[in-house]
Amino acid sequence: MSESLPRLDELLERLENDMRVEIEKRGLSDPVMIGVLSGGAWIAQQLHGRLAIREPLGLLNINFYRDDFSQIGMHPRVTPSKLPFRVEGRNILLIDDVLHTGRTIRAALNEIFDYGRPAQVVLGVLVARDGREIPVQADCSGMRLRLEQGQKIKLSGPEPLELFIISSSNIHEKHEQKLEER
Amino acid sequence: MIRDIQFDDAGRLRHFLTLEGLAPALLYRIMDTAESFVSVTDRQIKKVPLLRGKTIVNLFFENSTRTRTTFELAAKRLSADVLSINIATSATSKGEGLLDTIWNLQAMHVDMFVVRHAHSGAAHFIAQHVEPHVSVINAGDGRHAHPTQAMLDMFTIRRIKGDFTPLSVAIVGDILHSRVARSEIHALKILGVSDIRVIAPPTLLPGGIEQSGLRVFHDLDAGLRDVDVVIMLRLQRERMSGTFLPSKQEYYLRFGLTEARLRQARPDAIVMHPGPINRGVEIDSRVADGVQSVILQQVGYGIAIRMAILSMAMHSGDAAAAAREAS
Repeated sequence: MSESLPRLDELLERLENDMRVEIEKRGLSDPVMIGVLSGGAWIAQQLHGRLAIREPLGLLNINFYRDDFSQIGMHPRVTPSKLPFRVEGRNILLIDDVLHTGRTIRAALNEIFDYGRPAQVVLGVLVARDGREIPVQADCSGMRLRLEQGQKIKLSGPEPLELFIISSSNIHEKHEQKLEER
Repeated sequence: MIRDIQFDDAGRLRHFLTLEGLAPALLYRIMDTAESFVSVTDRQIKKVPLLRGKTIVNLFFENSTRTRTTFELAAKRLSADVLSINIATSATSKGEGLLDTIWNLQAMHVDMFVVRHAHSGAAHFIAQHVEPHVSVINAGDGRHAHPTQAMLDMFTIRRIKGDFTPLSVAIVGDILHSRVARSEIHALKILGVSDIRVIAPPTLLPGGIEQSGLRVFHDLDAGLRDVDVVIMLRLQRERMSGTFLPSKQEYYLRFGLTEARLRQARPDAIVMHPGPINRGVEIDSRVADGVQSVILQQVGYGIAIRMAILSMAMHSGDAAAAAREAS
């Protein structure tokens, strides 16, 4: 199944183009970029230079905003969020790797609003897959994808960045395969 | 064993009563979690929604403005609802027993108690009698323990000094009666500090302390030589004259930290104090307000450390409630 995925640089190029069109269409002046840790931040690092964003990249750790905290608890060594710019009134490009249930983006939006009230937020994701649980959609994406039950899409990185599909039945197999490759 | 009651069946932190017997990994985990809470105060909205819908009761049988305030702020920054009750002037003065108070509050669907009590073991006693989904945090019990104060001090040391192992740390003052000192010593040992010193007059040291692996000094100048961290303890008013000490003036002459005495320590040594300070008794104002003092930083870090402990313990309570509903 992983063979059917386009190459990662191709997906990044599509996402970049999609975002250029959206920035142009909305007339967004001087946007800032925020990547959701960790996969979204890796993608945002790639796009930040390509889209010539003036201000440094913002990083968002949504762990304190997760709606499943009572099930999963605290993650130790949480990299703190870092937004090195004012959020109030700004045009924000929010980047994540995979849009699945929509809960991560909901948490990310809640956190961003705790820093201030942005003018607009554009959501860009490398892959928008099926399985939405709340009404959140991407404005820009590298690809849209429908997966079979039990399948997941995963980005590993940051160096090298690799995108692959795993099935619940062969997660161990895939991990072993990746270890051998190294 | 207090240590056992602190964890749920899955090995997660449920109550936080003492540092005694805890693993270094847990102490590091608390500090790592606190690290990520430090930046919350830089935001426009100084809150995260982790404990939204939870109710925390500060049960203070002993007055302490600073500890109670930092616990209250920590809970509010986690979005919990907080109730602070000064028990000395309410329930127990009407003859209501301790457990009746606890059970009544539990009936109001409280999720966590933060307890300060003059009797050693009080927090442990309450922890033994609460429902499975309720957590108890020790905010100081008698002469026994003050684990969150010790953790915020460890967090302050790590932020400034980094690695614990090569450090020389001196604790100065009333070691005998101090729950802070007891918890600090446990924490420093767990974290592998190689040189832990206690400096005090013999009347303010527990018997047999020489056998505990600490270096004992009765002379402040000798004890401070080349240390990296100086932790000053507050001298309680009732010890300032009589059985334990001739007078507070005498104490200051021999054990008060002045600029001249601090020069015995390393030039980059930091000075800590759990507060509130008795200026001119255990510490000179020029030291307390000087460049080597990190006393106000301790206060700020106290909120982050308490946020970490509250959120870690609350998660265990959630798991207990989920298990109860499933059964």
